[in-house]
Amino acid sequence: MEKILEVKNIEKYYGNKSNLTKAIDNISFEVEKGEFVGIMGASGSGKTTLLNTISTIDRVTAGHIIVNGEDITKLRGNKLNKFRREELGFIFQDFNLLDTLTAYENIALALTIQRVNAKEIDKRVGEIAEKLGIKEILKKYPYQVSGGQKQRIASARAIITDPKLVLADEPTGALDSKSARQLLENFEYLNKKLNATILMVTHDAFTASYANRILFIKDGKIFSELTKGNDTRKQFFEKIIEVQTLLGGDLNDVI
Amino acid sequence: MLFRLSFKNMKKSIKDYAIYFLTLVLGVAIFYMFNSLDSQQAMMQVSASQRDIIKLMVGILSYVSVFVAVVLGLLIVYANNFLVNRRKKEFGIYITLGMGKKQISKIILLETIFIGIISLAVGIVLGVFASQFMSILVAKMFKADMTGFTFVFSKDACIKTCIYFAVMYIAVMFFNTLTVSRYKLINLLNATKKNEKVKIKNPFISILVFIIGVSILGYAYWKVTADMHSMDTAEKMLPPILMGITGTVLVFWSLSGFILQVVQMRRKTYLKDTNMFVLRQINNKINTMVASMSVICLMLFMTITILSSSLALRNSMERNLIEMTPVDLNLTKTANLQETYKKYGREVKSTEEQREDSKISIIETMENNGFDMSNLKDVIEIPIYTTNNLNWHVFFGDKIDDIRSRYPMLQYDTKEEIIKISDYNKVAKLYGIQEYELNSDEYIVLCNFNSMENLRNEVLIDGTNKLTIAGIEYKSKYNECKDGYVLMSGSHINTGIILVPDDCPLKEEDKERKLLVANYNATTDEDKEKIENLLTDESNFVQNLNNKGLELDGSTKISIMEASIGLATIVTFIAIYLGIIFLIASSAILALKQLTESSDNKQRYLILRKIGCDEKMINRALFRQIGIFFALPLILAIIHSIFGIQFAIEVMSGLASKNELIPSIIATVVVIGVIYGAYFLATYLGSKQIIKEDFEK
Repeated sequence: MEKILEVKNIEKYYGNKSNLTKAIDNISFEVEKGEFVGIMGASGSGKTTLLNTISTIDRVTAGHIIVNGEDITKLRGNKLNKFRREELGFIFQDFNLLDTLTAYENIALALTIQRVNAKEIDKRVGEIAEKLGIKEILKKYPYQVSGGQKQRIASARAIITDPKLVLADEPTGALDSKSARQLLENFEYLNKKLNATILMVTHDAFTASYANRILFIKDGKIFSELTKGNDTRKQFFEKIIEVQTLLGGDLNDVI
Repeated sequence: MLFRLSFKNMKKSIKDYAIYFLTLVLGVAIFYMFNSLDSQQAMMQVSASQRDIIKLMVGILSYVSVFVAVVLGLLIVYANNFLVNRRKKEFGIYITLGMGKKQISKIILLETIFIGIISLAVGIVLGVFASQFMSILVAKMFKADMTGFTFVFSKDACIKTCIYFAVMYIAVMFFNTLTVSRYKLINLLNATKKNEKVKIKNPFISILVFIIGVSILGYAYWKVTADMHSMDTAEKMLPPILMGITGTVLVFWSLSGFILQVVQMRRKTYLKDTNMFVLRQINNKINTMVASMSVICLMLFMTITILSSSLALRNSMERNLIEMTPVDLNLTKTANLQETYKKYGREVKSTEEQREDSKISIIETMENNGFDMSNLKDVIEIPIYTTNNLNWHVFFGDKIDDIRSRYPMLQYDTKEEIIKISDYNKVAKLYGIQEYELNSDEYIVLCNFNSMENLRNEVLIDGTNKLTIAGIEYKSKYNECKDGYVLMSGSHINTGIILVPDDCPLKEEDKERKLLVANYNATTDEDKEKIENLLTDESNFVQNLNNKGLELDGSTKISIMEASIGLATIVTFIAIYLGIIFLIASSAILALKQLTESSDNKQRYLILRKIGCDEKMINRALFRQIGIFFALPLILAIIHSIFGIQFAIEVMSGLASKNELIPSIIATVVVIGVIYGAYFLATYLGSKQIIKEDFEK
């Protein structure tokens, strides 16, 4: 299988000499094309920092991150922006939709900044909206639609550029359970049918159970790894809960 | 402790305060400059009569300064209010920490005093230096001698500036205390979490309102230009002004929706780069900006119009003056004075002595009353005739009804002034202007007052117009008015002289008045001034005339020059003063508004960054967004001005010509460009900082 993401011995320190915090302490892993990987951990475990370093929003202190054969820790300035624009798709907990733009325009924006021509944009937005079931709300503004719909608009925006890797940060964090389930089914669809590679950070076991593989992080290190294999989702979910119990009560507290 | 806190706060929010500070400093500097005019060096070097004009100007300027102070005061209160509101959260934290509202008021008070003192100091220093430059400008206008340059500081102006601004700052403090006392803690802490409601206008209503707004403006434009002759009274100017204001508001209300509709139809443009984002940004914000944009647009319009037309007025006055005052002295005297005559619209009885005097020449009158004629050279005296049966009404002939319907306010019973051709040529030769020739059955009309010339040409254009003068019929030699005049004045105001052949049988009793033209028999300015003084109220000659009740009307080159230059200068100074104040006020409001927008927009630009827009794209989007907000009022103001200036020129008919406009418009553009541009740049850089804040942790 083709390797989309290679994380090699990365470290991220905050603070100064007298008071050093290791947010990430020597983490290495790989993600292959078409995988749906979950990253679980408690607040302060370093999972968001990890996502930020991969998404180039934050820089690593040491180590390398290779996306599609390119070492992104070496990219600077506009090349970094270009990389982010063309190779990555983002889904955030608070949607990060522009409230002044309609759903259609929010999705199209990801393409206009890549200077895709207007006809192509129309076509692609139509297609993705059809697949994610948001065709009816394309003309609406974010404040006119539900949380679940917002997140699906955000997903459409993330996926429309055909990114090598979709990064999702607590995508169900602001959703009720029904909307969350719907969104995760959409993720499954994106992953299986559209062959999108997804890296998702969450602390919710149910959300994580939709992934194929889960990395557990504690105090900046990989603590454990679970693969779904041929398990049903229910079995996988129970396994996740087991690991969580092993990780300690602190994890359950935050849910 | 409070002092340290407020000092640190200021240092921290120096970027926010930059525009506030800039505005204060500019305000103080300009205020000082215009109030220190009288003590400037140039003013010491001018003549006595010019000093009177300057006194008048300083008087007017001090009234204008009160108005300016009110404008600046409102601006400062507004700007300060904006800054205090920006820091709601900070104050909220102080209150949670147990600080009372009184103490918060004290912090703000300290800050106001602090900024006030610094801006006053900087402003006055700037003003002192700038006024040295202005002194040079003044010297040029009054043609004063500036060879011995000294540095001038006006204590009076400085004290006045300090007092006025102190009052403004006290007003600011009062308003701040009021604002703080109305704060509620929960609102303070949640100040940044503002609910963003996107108001969307119905596109069709937008388009409809836009069309209505444009039509109203179009009608107002038409009214003040093509249809301007219908506006003969001041009240009639009110509707176009109101229409202009309404149209401006409507256009701004609907403009963004209209543009959005138009651009959305052009998918290629709309779906390119961040165009969509920028347009939506503007569309979203313009709702809250309608009022301020309209005010700014109208202020800019006034600035442009006032500045360019006043500069044009001054330039053309100066040019006219040199051309229109070819000799040193003009004197006129009524000939054939009746027993009762009209003076300033009232019936007056004449005395025997006056009637006798009206029969003799001006030279004789002067000699009789003790004026030494050797003071004058190139003396020419000519009679000017009128006849009972020739007035404007008769001149316009069968066109009179048409002309009267358009210009009902003209005095159609004004008698036409008639001069014999050889008399005129004598004067013309001395003046160095065009001389004319006539056949025995012809006449020529001389006229240089623009609008009257146009009216007369309507009659003359056929070439068939005939006039009966002293019982003989004459035809017009030319089918238009010719240039010429006999009386000096500050501008082209000859409404018409009819030249007739020398053999025209005009009688002695047709003489209406006599005109004497002469130069002073002197070479230096000082000697000329001495002769001029022989003709003023204090001289024996004028005393003698007054004692006998005799009247000689006159105008001299020196008096015309000084009066006109003085008038033009007063107008120019007040225009520049007001213009720049309006400009600063509107730029500052716009800049502050945009800075608020930028801090509200921080989140949106952050999203753009997250989805992969690079710095260049983001800066460009920001530049465009702010640029459009600055450009829209300016563009509309320029369009307004195109018509406004034309109207102003027409109103000042003859005083300023369109040719004079180009350099003054260029000057205006430079002034506006520098000030408005500086505010735009400050806003753009400030906004760039604001939207970067959160991203670069």
